Amino acid sequence: MAETSEYNIGTQELPLMGKVNAIPEKAVEEYFTSGHRTCQGCESALIMRLMAKAAGPRSIILGSTGCMYVANTTYYSTPWVVPWMHTQLGSSGSAATGTAAALRALMRKGKMKEEPINVIAFCGDGGGIDMGVSSISAALMHAKYNLAIICYDNESYANTDIQISGASPWGANTTFTPPGKKFRIMHDCWKKNIAAMYAVGHTRCNYVATADASYPADLIDKVRKALAVKGPAFVHTLDPCPKGWDYDPFYSHKLGELAVETGLFPLWEMTDGALTYTGISARQVYGKRGRKPVREYLETQGRFHHFEEEDYEYFQSEVDKMWDDWMVPGVIPFKVNNPSKK
Amino acid sequence: MATATEQQQGAGVHLLTGSEVMAHVCRLADVDVITAYPIRPYDTVMQYVSKFIAEGDFDADYIPAESEHGQFEIVKHASACGARVFTGSSGVGWLYAMEPLAVTAGLRLPMVALVGCRALDDPGAFGTEHNDAMLVRDLGWMINFPDTAQEVVELGLLSYRVAEDPRVYLPCAIAMDGAFLTHSQATVRLPGQEEVNAFLPPYDRGDLLLHPDNPITIAPQANEDWLMEVRRQSSEAAKNAYTVLKEAHADFSKTFGVDTDPFLDEYMTEDADVVLCGMGTLSLPVKVAIREMRKEGKKVGMVRLKWFRPFPTEELRASLSRFKAVGVIDRDYSFGSPYHGGIVFNEVKAAMYGADKVPHMKGFVCGLGGREVLLEDVKLMADKVISMGQNDAADNEVDWIGVRD
Repeated sequence: MAETSEYNIGTQELPLMGKVNAIPEKAVEEYFTSGHRTCQGCESALIMRLMAKAAGPRSIILGSTGCMYVANTTYYSTPWVVPWMHTQLGSSGSAATGTAAALRALMRKGKMKEEPINVIAFCGDGGGIDMGVSSISAALMHAKYNLAIICYDNESYANTDIQISGASPWGANTTFTPPGKKFRIMHDCWKKNIAAMYAVGHTRCNYVATADASYPADLIDKVRKALAVKGPAFVHTLDPCPKGWDYDPFYSHKLGELAVETGLFPLWEMTDGALTYTGISARQVYGKRGRKPVREYLETQGRFHHFEEEDYEYFQSEVDKMWDDWMVPGVIPFKVNNPSKK
Repeated sequence: MATATEQQQGAGVHLLTGSEVMAHVCRLADVDVITAYPIRPYDTVMQYVSKFIAEGDFDADYIPAESEHGQFEIVKHASACGARVFTGSSGVGWLYAMEPLAVTAGLRLPMVALVGCRALDDPGAFGTEHNDAMLVRDLGWMINFPDTAQEVVELGLLSYRVAEDPRVYLPCAIAMDGAFLTHSQATVRLPGQEEVNAFLPPYDRGDLLLHPDNPITIAPQANEDWLMEVRRQSSEAAKNAYTVLKEAHADFSKTFGVDTDPFLDEYMTEDADVVLCGMGTLSLPVKVAIREMRKEGKKVGMVRLKWFRPFPTEELRASLSRFKAVGVIDRDYSFGSPYHGGIVFNEVKAAMYGADKVPHMKGFVCGLGGREVLLEDVKLMADKVISMGQNDAADNEVDWIGVRD
């Protein structure tokens, strides 16, 4: 039955915002409202709100264990206006696949009214960059399932007291990597380059993007593109976290901007295999705008207060490599050996 | 000429393995979402399921997953969206899915899963042991242990019917002895589609359905404020499973014209002095040995438990109270437990405590890792139980049978 393997329930048409002042006109309603218990200045909660706003009412949202479950979704005070279900820490990919498979099977077999329903599974950096990698990787292989996986990355296991994750930046002070007299730098790994890793490894995944709540129109549009594309999609957001990064909540928005302005977290999207830099990152890559020193970003945060001059220099040199040495600046770190030039 | 698959489609008698029958149950139950991940011996069921789908004999979304964790999470979420689901595993694969197994029961989702019972590595072993399936016995999972391919029809269809009853909404494991049942052919009468439709209503998730028309939040953080009430509800559901299973079994017997007991399979017990009690395919060597011992004038019978959850406490008490002595055979272990017996032995003793008439009981551990239970092994166990009955003295010892000293 060819129609069985090719059957796709389709996706919704979701208009793009373009600019931030278009948001009130084009997406007035909120689907993530009061009731959550996240910290003041929590950018991950803002991601939830913008994500739900982008998706709209005909959506099912699945949330992995993490801050956006434990602090965010409490019995008797759920903030979710759309149907929402918890999934395990390592299973955002499986949750999205199972939900999309059920909708597809039930609609094909005439057991459910046929209509495109957005399926979003979100996970933190623990769920999206450490434990859940295999489930997300599997989900990104199925072209027949329309689903979006959104990884809200606040760079630590922030719900369980700020422990290091595969997304924590080099040298960061976390409760598992405290600086001491013998070892100033206890976390000696560079942050995992996760969005590019998913993009490069899954050729049937037609949309992968990075985003940041400091640029809300860009974020909403990326979520809408992820939902509109047929097949699976992945969006990685960088979320400043006052508790984990140790700064005054007042600076959340500013830090989100600095992460992009310093070139540490480039904004891009890959649609059908074509890469486009967005916002400030686009101007940086084409040399129309410089990168701010990464020190400006690091010095604002308590988690780097133990840094000495050599640490700042090392950090800056690694960011410079991303832009100067990588084959695709800030995205793909390969270099190509060309035998003819030997 | 009909293809091999077509020949096996229709109602009637066919030569089938336990795994094949399970695949037919999935087809007849019109399952919507199925996930697979390879581990022996359960995985043969997925070979049959995938072939049915490939041939167009059965319409389901069939997903080979990336791990057992993914496999069970996928169908868990599909079940929350109103899909009838099937999956399965064996041994340590089942344990790799332990997190989804726990939350599926916690979420009251009626997943039906096949456990092709297998020893838990290490050291590596493919053969049957019941410890894998038994690890979910305290979580709200129902568990049955079919002993023949024919019984897979009964327990397979009952699993869906009882699991999906709104009074229950609990997952159900069909624990099939690896190799002895998953891979062994026997003649099986398959029911027709109309009979199955009459017995098994469509899965209706009701007001718990996860859908934009019903915007509920499932499994928010509850903590000490509410978790105990949620556990209490699960306990009530597990109690209801007993009643619903009895009801469903009566309906099954009527619809399919069979005459079986819902919980216990008694063999030559009418005049028995002593019985052996166990689960699964042990029944074959035990029943054959009983027939031989009967020729020697030994009044031995067998009481086989079909369901371990719900546990038929009343039925078992009424049954075992009739005998002088009972030997409980475990194809599992519970190291460090009372009398160092198996799980079934401890459970049966707990059930019998306080009964008006309690037989003397003795535990046996045998057939571990798929080791064959021989007729001599059964006769040895029976003789030990007979002498316990004759001496009228309790023997709480647990003996390992068929093991090197």
